[in-house]
Amino acid sequence: MGTEIKVENLTKSFGKSLIWGDVTLTIPAGEICVMLGPSGTGKSVFLKTLIGLLKPDRGSIVIQGTDIASCSEKELYEVRKLFGVLFQDGAMFGSMNLYDNIAFPLREHTKKSESEIRNIVMEKMDLVGLLGTEDKLPGEISGGMRKRAGIARGLVLDPEIVLFDEPDSGLDPVRTAFLNQLIVDLNAQIDATFLIVTHDINTARTVPDNIGLLYHKHLAMFGPREMLLSSEEPVVRQFLNAQRVGPIGMSEEKDADELAAEADQELPPLPPIPMQLEPSNGIPRRSQREPGAWCKENGITPPPGSFEENMSMTTAV
Amino acid sequence: MANLTASKVLAPVGAAGTLFAFALDVLRGLFRRPFQLREFIQQAWFIASVTIIPTALVAIPFGAVIALQVGGLIKQFGAQSFTGAASVLAVVQQAAPIATALLIAGAGGSAIAADLGARKIREELDAMMVLGIDPIQRLVVPRVLAAMLVSLFLNGLVSVVGVAGGYVFNVLLQDGTPGAYIASFTALAQLPDLWIGLVKAVIFGLIAAVVASYKGMNAGGGPKGVGDAVNESVVITFVLLFVVNFVLSAIYLQVVPPKTG
Repeated sequence: MGTEIKVENLTKSFGKSLIWGDVTLTIPAGEICVMLGPSGTGKSVFLKTLIGLLKPDRGSIVIQGTDIASCSEKELYEVRKLFGVLFQDGAMFGSMNLYDNIAFPLREHTKKSESEIRNIVMEKMDLVGLLGTEDKLPGEISGGMRKRAGIARGLVLDPEIVLFDEPDSGLDPVRTAFLNQLIVDLNAQIDATFLIVTHDINTARTVPDNIGLLYHKHLAMFGPREMLLSSEEPVVRQFLNAQRVGPIGMSEEKDADELAAEADQELPPLPPIPMQLEPSNGIPRRSQREPGAWCKENGITPPPGSFEENMSMTTAV
Repeated sequence: MANLTASKVLAPVGAAGTLFAFALDVLRGLFRRPFQLREFIQQAWFIASVTIIPTALVAIPFGAVIALQVGGLIKQFGAQSFTGAASVLAVVQQAAPIATALLIAGAGGSAIAADLGARKIREELDAMMVLGIDPIQRLVVPRVLAAMLVSLFLNGLVSVVGVAGGYVFNVLLQDGTPGAYIASFTALAQLPDLWIGLVKAVIFGLIAAVVASYKGMNAGGGPKGVGDAVNESVVITFVLLFVVNFVLSAIYLQVVPPKTG
C-alpha cells in the first residue's frame, strides 16, 4: 500500500508573483512527510497543486504513472480517488450530518449497500473517536471534532495518499498531541503515504519520517527527519528551533543590514533531537527507522541528549 | 505600459469569456449521468418557496399599472373596449417574463450565489472535487434546471395574477365593463405571445442561475467575498436580462407579425 509522489521542477505563480519555483522532491511511499514553511510561503498552495485543484505553471507531479499537472480532467478525477484530504477546517458539507458526510464518498463512488456503508462509516468514526455524534451537523460541533470528522471522511475510500492541511491549526496542545498520535497510528494501520502541511514545530519534530522546508519561494531542504533536525543550515536551523536569529524576518526574509547586525551573535546550540512518536500499540510502523540510524549512517553526531526516553516534548528555546 | 493598458481594457472580455466557458461546462454537465434528481427537486422547491409570494405581490401592481396607463390612454381614443386586449398583450409578452426574471435573479439567484459562495470559502467545493465529484454536475446543473423550471411556472403565475389585477383595476376604478375586458382578450394577443413569454422566462431562469452559480463558485476572500459575489451576480443578471429581453423582443416582433384587429 502507499504510493510514491514524484514532483519535478514544479513552479507556481499567481499573476506576476512567484509562489515557489523549481520544487523537486519525491515523497516516498508509505512514509509520513511534513512540509514546513513560514506563513505565506505557499504550503497550502503546494498541497492544492498536488491534488490538481491548482494548475502549476511548469513541472510535473507523477502519481502511479499519471502526471497530474498535464493529464485530462477525467484522469484527474480518477487519480483523486487515491487521495484522502483533510482540509484546514474539515470542509464538511454543512447541509449534511456527520454520518452522511462520511458516507458521502462511499455513496458516490461505490455500489455498496447501506448496511456495508454503515459498517465502514462506524468503523472510521470509531477510529477518530466520534462515535455517538453521527446525527450532529458540522455547525454544531467543535473545530477539533470537525477536523477528526474530516479525517474520517478522507479515509473511507481507503486512500493510498493522505494529505493534511494544517491539522493542528486552531487546536489546543493536548488535542494536537492526540491528533498527532492519531496520525501516526493511522499510518501504522493503513500504510498510506502521508503528507502533513503545518507550521507547528512540535509536530514537525516528532511525527514525520521526512521533513521539507519551503522558504523564500523555493524548497530549502527535503530529507529524513534527523537530517533536518541536525542541520546547521541557517534557515532550517532557525525555523525548526523557532529562533529569531537567522535569515527569516517578521514579514519576509531579512535584509542585509539586519543580517550583518546578527553576524556576531552566538547561535544557541542545536536542541537534542526528540524520539519519534510511536504507534500507541507499540508495534513499529513499516517505514519507521531506529532512532539515530540516519545520523549514524551519515557520520553525524546528533546534538547531546538526543533520542533519550522521557525527553521533554517541547523544545526549550 | 501598452501591455498593461491592453490587459485592463481586455479584462471584461476575459470575464465574459470565462462566464461563457462556465456556461458550456454546465451544458456538458447536463448530459452527464447520474442526474442529481434529489438535489434538483430540493432546489426547485427552495427556489419556488422563496419566489412565489413576492412574485404574486409584484404581479398585482404590475397588471394594475398597465391597466391604469393603457386605460387612460385608450379612453382618449374612445376605444375602452380594447383595454383588456392591451393589458393581456403587455402582461403576457413583456411584464410576466421580466417580473419573473427580477424575482428569480433577486430571490433565487442571490440565494444560489450565497450558498455556493459559502461552500467555496469553506473549501467544501474543493473537498468535493478531491472526493472525485464535479461540483458543476453535482450542484450547478440541478440548480440551473430548477431555476428554469420555476421560471416557467412563475411566468404563468405572473400572467394570471397580472391579468386578473388589470381586470380588477379596470372594472373597479375605471368603470370598464367586465364583458368587454374579457371579450377583447384575443383581439390583439395571439398564441405565439404566450410562447415567447414562456421562452423568455426559461432563458432568463437559465441566465440568472448560471451567473449566480458562476459568481458563487468563484467567490474569494472570506465572508466579504461571498457578499460581493451575491451583489455582483444580481447586478450582472439584471443587466444581462434586460439586454437579452430587448434582443428577443426585437427578433420576435420581426418574425411574428402583430395581430391586427
